[in-house]
Amino acid sequence: MKITVNGQAIELTQAQPLLKVVEDFGALAPFALAVNGQFVPKSQHQAFVLNEGDMIDILSPVQGG
Amino acid sequence: MQNQADKWNVYGTELSSRLLIGSALYPSPAIMQESIRQSDAEIVTVSLRRQSPEQAGGQAFWQQIQSLGKKILPNTAGCHSISEAVTLAQMSREIFETDWIKLELVGDEYNLQPDPIDLVKATEILLNDGFKVLPYCTDDLVICRHLVELGCEVLMPWGSPIGTGKGLLNPYALSAIRHRFPNISLVVDAGIGLPSHATQALELGYDAVLLNSAIAQAQDPVLMARAFKAAIEAGRQGYLAGRMPEKDTANPSTPTLGMPFWHQL
Repeated sequence: MKITVNGQAIELTQAQPLLKVVEDFGALAPFALAVNGQFVPKSQHQAFVLNEGDMIDILSPVQGG
Repeated sequence: MQNQADKWNVYGTELSSRLLIGSALYPSPAIMQESIRQSDAEIVTVSLRRQSPEQAGGQAFWQQIQSLGKKILPNTAGCHSISEAVTLAQMSREIFETDWIKLELVGDEYNLQPDPIDLVKATEILLNDGFKVLPYCTDDLVICRHLVELGCEVLMPWGSPIGTGKGLLNPYALSAIRHRFPNISLVVDAGIGLPSHATQALELGYDAVLLNSAIAQAQDPVLMARAFKAAIEAGRQGYLAGRMPEKDTANPSTPTLGMPFWHQL
């Protein structure tokens, strides 16, 4: 199953929960997640199951004006 | 000395400092921290971007900001659509644990002007979702009225386009917004380049200014932060003092009665 994480293509051998994929990617707290441009709250990270072609965004604090 | 009772508020949160400061574009993290401290700002703006594992996920930056003990105002900078802005706002609320959002929605790449139509639509969605929206808007009175009618308690019209440092290009329009909405907290956001620009905004009766580049990109950001603090206090006191009536004709201030050599030549 092909997905993208922060624009990077990733191949999964089987369907996996969002949290597992994000941890395997090396995400460090604090972060917030979106899948296909939709916010996924922290309470759903474990239960959220990914599908073929899903695009995950892992966002963290940066400087802003 | 600043009058401690002279406060303004953001959705009920009372504030003494009338400067909101950005956290971007400083020469170094240490200069950023010291500039923010010297500015006396109580609110610091931040953003969210894709995490970079090479930079430890931005943890260092976040710790630097947290160590300052300021209130956090996340922005939606760079968003070009309502859905992008709404998603980024929701993600910001979770990470930063605040329902404040500086709503930015770019309408044109040339001048980074806020999209007035989509800004109003996104504001409505976010207010209904429980956010306290601080919309970065143009100085269009009618757009501001729509935002107020939706429930915005703070408006942040631009002085001039982001990062230009040109100051207040249309003081008349900004003044009209002030007169039209006497009970709304007004912040000039974007375009401030000099301390005197901030003074002018406060003299117009604006409650505060939000700026970043003017301090971060000064040759000495820490000194400029102190300059802005003083300029903002001067502008506020000038506003409270009430300006003299403006006239079109000259009037001497020194008495003319008793003038020697009066028209003797």
